Amino acid sequence: MSDYTRADVCAAAIADAFSEDGEIFASPMGLLPTLGVRLARLTSNPDLVISDGESVFLGGTPPLGGKDVVEGWIPFRRVFDVVAYGKRHVMMGATQVDRHGNQNISAIGPFAQPKRQLLGSRGAPGNTVNNRTSYWVPKHSSRVFVEQVDIVSGVGPARAESAGTAASRFNDIHRIVSNLGVLDMGGADHTMRLVSVHPGVTVDEVVAATGFALEVPAEVPVTREPSYEELLLIREMLDPKGLRFKEVPND
Amino acid sequence: MSSNRKPRDKRMSIEEVVGSLESGMTIGIGGWGPRRKPMALVRAIYNSDLTDLTIVSWGGADVGLLARAGKIRKLVYAFVSLDSVPLEPNFQRARQSASIPEVVELDEGMFQTGLRAAAQRLPFLPMRAGLGSDVLVNNSWIKTVTSPYDEGHGHEELVAVPALKLDVALVHLNRADQHGNASYLGPDPYFDDLFAMAADKTYLSVEEVVDTAGLTVDTPVQRLLLSRMMVSGVVETPNGAHFTTCTPDYERDERFQRAYAAAASGSDEDWQAFHDRFLAGDEASYQAAVQAFTEENAK
Repeated sequence: MSDYTRADVCAAAIADAFSEDGEIFASPMGLLPTLGVRLARLTSNPDLVISDGESVFLGGTPPLGGKDVVEGWIPFRRVFDVVAYGKRHVMMGATQVDRHGNQNISAIGPFAQPKRQLLGSRGAPGNTVNNRTSYWVPKHSSRVFVEQVDIVSGVGPARAESAGTAASRFNDIHRIVSNLGVLDMGGADHTMRLVSVHPGVTVDEVVAATGFALEVPAEVPVTREPSYEELLLIREMLDPKGLRFKEVPND
Repeated sequence: MSSNRKPRDKRMSIEEVVGSLESGMTIGIGGWGPRRKPMALVRAIYNSDLTDLTIVSWGGADVGLLARAGKIRKLVYAFVSLDSVPLEPNFQRARQSASIPEVVELDEGMFQTGLRAAAQRLPFLPMRAGLGSDVLVNNSWIKTVTSPYDEGHGHEELVAVPALKLDVALVHLNRADQHGNASYLGPDPYFDDLFAMAADKTYLSVEEVVDTAGLTVDTPVQRLLLSRMMVSGVVETPNGAHFTTCTPDYERDERFQRAYAAAASGSDEDWQAFHDRFLAGDEASYQAAVQAFTEENAK
């Protein structure tokens, strides 16, 4: 089964971001993160606690949009309790993310009068100073990966550090997975670093699609291919309708 | 002493609720984004003479409508979204034209903590959320507080989330008795009890008013979210959360929401046509227009 797609690679890379989390609440925002988290639960990390994205913890691992045995109650108010409790790893979107791992989902342009108003900061400020946070970027480009975000919603390590111990103690920007590769904050002074490029993607392509000086190690590995088992789980069980291709089209 | 020795009957009309509000008030709106919003009351405010309101909301079309009508002097929110339409066009329009004089964008958890502080009659509560983010830059009036305790990490400097004190809270639930005891039957209570306790007065709209005994006849007591001591008035407004969800009575009216979003992001004429058809009259005429819209689109 070597005919995997880019979306499958992304799902496996997202699953890998959750593989060592143990028994915590995996909280994915959006389609590919949900697919990746469910894949992790069926492979590398069966202890993950997952939800329907609404108000219940699921005892099993249903396909996207599916239902399963309920093992708990997680209405919005209790999500905030778990954020503060800390046993949570959220993977959010990012309209902008910068070299220092700051993320913006609030607005583009000046806050007083944005060029484009987005959602608002939602839970990003709280997530990033309380529990492990990763980002998913389905279209890696220099419009998303910018030198400096317009508004800091999610807090990167440098900002957390300068805000003091209370902000930095639990700040943990874990991975940034895009349609081109995997990145983390392991560069000099906790800046963004290229971890791997997806099969068929070159390092130069990632660098060209990134609007800041990305730290690129001398050897950049290729993101691992999804296994036969993973492809079977993705295609036959978790996403038989191919919803993932709406987010990461087949190239 | 009342003659029947029962708690007060607090049933009111939509007009009586809105008539008791005043320009300049701080109004908290319950529900969450496009879910269980007290839309009948919001529509009546949209059509009222009220101005200069401070609106505190996990925002959906409530914020969009009131922004479009120019009712908001100050907006306190963590997000504004219609979910299946991610960005609220009327809110976007208001922000991009800077037509809301004062804007307070908080983290979601800070918003809850601010309501909790108000509900507990505290000036603030400490938390981590906001530290290092532009929430504290864009709202420089929000202070930090140094912990008096050292738990081995020094004296931590935390955000002193200010109380979100409300003059009035407006919430919509599934059932209530005439005294203001109320239950939610859907999957999530949202934060309606916190809104109620953060407010001087709470007006509750419900799908159905039932006898007190009826509240728990087929429903676990844990679903009773509001006690009558938190509630000043009860309005029976069937379909009153439309077009947001009111699970299990009804789900979101996606078709209507799309029509709303299209009108809101269209030309001034598009919006005027939507306004004239759906919003210009009272709640009964809104519901009749929605019914006609639904029948038209079912063909």
